Amino acid sequence: MGLMSARILVVDDDRALAEMLSMVLQGEGFLVEHAYDGPAAVDQFRASRPDLVLLDVMLPGLDGIGVCEQIRAESGVPIIMLTARTDTRDVVRGLEVGADDYVVKPFNPAELIARIRARLREPQDDVSETLAIGDLSIDVAGHQVTRNGEVIPLTPLEFDLLAILARKPQQVFTREVLLEKVWGYQYKADTRLVNVHVQRLRAKIEVDPDHPVIVTTVRGVGYRAGARAE
Amino acid sequence: MAETGSRGASRRAWRRVRLFGQRVWLRIRRFIRPVIDPFATLWSRSLMVRTMTITGVVTGAMIASAGVFVLTSVSNDLYSSRRDQALQDSARATVAAQGLLDAFDTADRGGLSSLASSVTQTVQDTSASQMIFVRRQVGQTPFLEIPSSFDTTSVLVQAVSAELTSSVRSDGEPQHWQPVTFYRDDGDSSPGIIVASSLTFPSGAGVFDLFIGYDLADTEQTLSFVARTLLLTAVAMMLFIGLLVLVISRIVFRPIRVAADTSRRLAAGEADARMPRQHDEHFDVLSDGFNDMADTLQARIHELDHLSAMQQRFVSDVSHELRTPLTTIRLASEVLKGEQDSLGAGQQRAVEVLSTQVERFELLLTDLLEISRYDAGRVTLETEPTNLVHLVDEVVASLQQLSPSVIEVRALGGYTPVDVDARRIRRIVSNLVGNAIEHGEGHPIVVTIDSNADATAIAVRDWGVGMSEQSVTHVFDRFWRADPSRKRTLGGTGLGLAIAREDAAVHGGFLEVWSRLGEGSQFRLTLPKREDVTDYMSPIALIPEDVDPHSGQVDVTGGWLKRPFRRILRSPREGRS
Repeated sequence: MGLMSARILVVDDDRALAEMLSMVLQGEGFLVEHAYDGPAAVDQFRASRPDLVLLDVMLPGLDGIGVCEQIRAESGVPIIMLTARTDTRDVVRGLEVGADDYVVKPFNPAELIARIRARLREPQDDVSETLAIGDLSIDVAGHQVTRNGEVIPLTPLEFDLLAILARKPQQVFTREVLLEKVWGYQYKADTRLVNVHVQRLRAKIEVDPDHPVIVTTVRGVGYRAGARAE
Repeated sequence: MAETGSRGASRRAWRRVRLFGQRVWLRIRRFIRPVIDPFATLWSRSLMVRTMTITGVVTGAMIASAGVFVLTSVSNDLYSSRRDQALQDSARATVAAQGLLDAFDTADRGGLSSLASSVTQTVQDTSASQMIFVRRQVGQTPFLEIPSSFDTTSVLVQAVSAELTSSVRSDGEPQHWQPVTFYRDDGDSSPGIIVASSLTFPSGAGVFDLFIGYDLADTEQTLSFVARTLLLTAVAMMLFIGLLVLVISRIVFRPIRVAADTSRRLAAGEADARMPRQHDEHFDVLSDGFNDMADTLQARIHELDHLSAMQQRFVSDVSHELRTPLTTIRLASEVLKGEQDSLGAGQQRAVEVLSTQVERFELLLTDLLEISRYDAGRVTLETEPTNLVHLVDEVVASLQQLSPSVIEVRALGGYTPVDVDARRIRRIVSNLVGNAIEHGEGHPIVVTIDSNADATAIAVRDWGVGMSEQSVTHVFDRFWRADPSRKRTLGGTGLGLAIAREDAAVHGGFLEVWSRLGEGSQFRLTLPKREDVTDYMSPIALIPEDVDPHSGQVDVTGGWLKRPFRRILRSPREGRS
């Protein structure tokens, strides 16, 4: 599966927008499929297993949040939400149910393409590398995280986030740096993306997510992997 | 001339008197002020105090005059009855004594010497008094057989006045009396009456004055007892009346207090505050009226609240609804742009215009949404400790590429991180610097940062065209443009400064402007350092140092700033860790 032939599922009830989106995406070499409501989107996803989902929040039948929840339950596929509302509540809800990123309408097409590319990026390092942080072992090439031999399922984004932190234990990463390294943002963006995904990651990898020891917060700066060096 | 002089002298004298009077008054006032002033304040402020004072003074005066009247009439009555008694008593004694004297055998010369003691005895026996003084009238031929005066007590002797003596002698009246005070040897004194009459002694012994003293100490005791009783009664009555007035005024003023209390609660925002009925037709009219007013107000407020919520919601909905078609248009224009090469020159230009206008539309929509969020009071501050110098450096670095002007950052202070919503502060600074670039005509731009104990300030100064005084007052108005004919290089929606001012206010800060035609402008953002800072002074002067403050613009600092109140939601980014 090359980047150029990646299949993208566009879910939007506005057919004109969906049509224009597919023209733009096809212009960039992607393959595009459509779904116009929530239940259809879930069915279409199961049928075709696309490489990425572009998901509108406001959908008839089942809204984008619900669709996202259902897809996330069975797959770690990158999901980018399209939202007309910049209200904190909507954005955070989308991220909390597992969307990797979000784009606010009206978006710049070039920016959308950049977001999509960042999410479809192939792992750059082909050397097999195993990182250990806390009681976790991270197989970078195999995209797997295990605790005591037990596999912890992570989405690609969560894996990237953990791998970047774990590669340089004790180094503090600011939210801006993480945004650039994980999401591919070149300029200031919404740091809530980082916060929400760190929360989701902790819920999966920490023994006690309320008292994290693997990914810790450095107040006023950012995050780092490993316990605080006392 | 003499007349004038005397008038001047009298005037001077009058002035001296007046000055003296003033001095005395001032001295008196110094002593009574601490007592009078609080009372005067109370008097002017409280209807209840006035009512109680007036009632107290009037009833007090009535009771006092009644008491004085009772006391005087009782004492007069007692006194006159005692006097009459004394006169009768004395007359009886005189008659008895005179009878004894008349019955005296003139031949009994030896009996003369004992006559004085027997007269005394008779008088003592017949009268109620033991105080007797007999004295031979002066101006008669000496008579040695009887002493010229004899008495039972010296107290009486001392009390007999010359006046009484002379009146007895000159007047034909048989009885004379005089009220006196008896001074006893032990220092006591008591009021009394002396009744004087004359006795004619036999054997040419001549006329003697008989003085009988009546002690009125018991009368005085009775009187003082009466006075004490009266006083006690008066005090008791005053207390009782005071209590009565207090109780009545409380009853009367209670509805007023209830009304005041209710209106205060209503004013404090308790929309459900209503006045209870007071079971009095006048007050019920008042409370009904008041409650009707409160109902009307509440209904009106609800209506307005509803209307404004609807309007804000409408603006927000419209903005959101516009986003999807706008996105589609934008994507379409992007598709067209991709095929620009196959289009004619006119069509190419049309595609270009389409995409720039779509972009402008988008900016406008974003700003419109932002301002509607402020209008609706639905702004969430996401504060984090931010180094404002770094923030300004970043903004300036990103704008420098677009700017024909050299932008200099002068960080005099403000390195200590402050808790702010960095996104909003960045928006304010880039807006100000952007404006400076647009209106700066290529002259340098200076961004100054400084701080003091309570506040941090960022000032953006340009030496461009500046604004007239009239423009300065409108610069923060929505959709207001300083000069509609000016070419716009960086674009802008006309809402930028309005949003910036709201962004400042939501932090408890201020965005202010100084500008003068031909001399450029300075925008100053002042932010308080902490939540508890309510009054602060900006560390940077509003009027730049390089200009002469015109007359009337001497207040270069802008003075004290009072934290503006805004309804905001706070969510620090580090809420969870």
